[in-house]
Amino acid sequence: MKLDLKKLKLRKVNEQLQNIDRKINDRNFTIINPEGNHAVCAGLTEELNINIKGHVGYYCAGMNQKANITIEGNVGTGVAENMMSGKVHVKGNASQSAGATAHGGLLVIDGDASSRCGISMKGVNIVVKGSVGHMSGFMSQAGNLVVCGDAGEALGDSLYETNIYIRGNVKSLGADCVEKKMDIKHIKKLNLLLKEANIKNLKAESFKRYGSAKKLYNFKIDNISNY
Amino acid sequence: MCGIVGIYLKTKKFEKNLGKMLSGMLNNMESRGPDSAGFAIYKNSDKKEYKYSLCINNLDFTKFKKNISKKIRNLKLNQYSDHIIVKTPEIPKKFIKFINKEFPEVSIVGYGRSIEIFKQVGNPKDVVKKFNLENFSGTHGIGHTRMATESAITTDGSHPYSTGEDECLVHNGSLSNHNNLRRELKKKGNTFTSENDTEVAAGYVSNSLANNNSLKNTLVSGLKDLDGFYTFIAGTRKGFAVVRDEIACKPAVIAETKNYVAIASEFQAMAHLPDVNNAKIFEPEPGIVYSWGN
Repeated sequence: MKLDLKKLKLRKVNEQLQNIDRKINDRNFTIINPEGNHAVCAGLTEELNINIKGHVGYYCAGMNQKANITIEGNVGTGVAENMMSGKVHVKGNASQSAGATAHGGLLVIDGDASSRCGISMKGVNIVVKGSVGHMSGFMSQAGNLVVCGDAGEALGDSLYETNIYIRGNVKSLGADCVEKKMDIKHIKKLNLLLKEANIKNLKAESFKRYGSAKKLYNFKIDNISNY
Repeated sequence: MCGIVGIYLKTKKFEKNLGKMLSGMLNNMESRGPDSAGFAIYKNSDKKEYKYSLCINNLDFTKFKKNISKKIRNLKLNQYSDHIIVKTPEIPKKFIKFINKEFPEVSIVGYGRSIEIFKQVGNPKDVVKKFNLENFSGTHGIGHTRMATESAITTDGSHPYSTGEDECLVHNGSLSNHNNLRRELKKKGNTFTSENDTEVAAGYVSNSLANNNSLKNTLVSGLKDLDGFYTFIAGTRKGFAVVRDEIACKPAVIAETKNYVAIASEFQAMAHLPDVNNAKIFEPEPGIVYSWGN
């Protein structure tokens, strides 16, 4: 079914997609003329296939559950923020805070993502085919952030249990973020993620893994004078 | 919040449509700044004349026209609502002094050989209509929709700020060291008409340009001297430049085609521009100055 955002109100389109009758089998939708609108396809909870043709604004596919959403264009701030499950595929570039606080699912970005990609992520898998901006993976708690290009300043600052895989250069590491050994389980997991993101020409062995040194996990009495 | 927009034409193709393109951009940024709006339009400059953009506030236009024509012979007046564009060979130093003395209720919004500048409180859609922006032609333009945070909702608090000949600045964000910087700039001879933080940034740019620094170098040193959150668009007679602070919380997106460069806080501001879906679209990187025409 084709939904034209030039003719239909955004709220109407989102309401329709958020309230799909479970008995209906036609689950394929195309959204045309998104024209940079915010919150396109936010809050979906059903298994739907949605293709958005054009550039969208902020919080596209936010809070997504189960839906498979492809954006044939660029996305603004906070794409797939707080996603729980499903898949979001951005064919262009993403603005800041892509996949912020997301708990699950897969976010694939074909282009670059700007600053704070995967900020406070809580279990989502994010694969960026291009590069990411500064403070990516900031305070990230769980999940995997895969970057095929470079990473900006302060990568993984104050992170917890997230695994960050970078193939290119890292401008600088944030507080408590260190390079870690790639074990067989990491290589297996990364190969799986690359496959899910349809990346065939790159091998997991060409990436470096970064994670938490866990020095900020506990309060150190030596630092008391700083508070 | 606030919305900022700018458009620079690389070719002559859209010169007649500049006002139309810019008005669409401002209208689409209403959601980011509903309380006041303004814009600066640059047209080919006239070497013989200066253009002064004045806001006559509550003064009656016919009365103003009669009184000013008595004192200055060589001038042409164009009225756009409460704004008047005065064209005259009178030099700025003399003319500004004259206006301040003879018409204290009139505020000088900007001046130069090329710039025409308009700003007013109210919804951007109404402001754009009031000044008939759609009918303007030109080479480049800059606009702003304001959600006031730093100072009151007044015409003086609206953007763009113009603090030098053919210069203007719009800002999305807030500065934290503007009071100190204002004091320092006052010592260097700058004058300010409001308590607004952006006016200080505009004054900073004017001061640096007056000391023969390039616009690009001015904004690079601004990264050290201006403390706060910002995306700036700074306009000159030749073009404009864009810079975001190094934290880059304030958004910006640029679309470049062979005919124009457009910048806006959000993509939706430029979704109506011709051929925008084939444009090269990117976000300006934090702490990097991007400049066109300068």
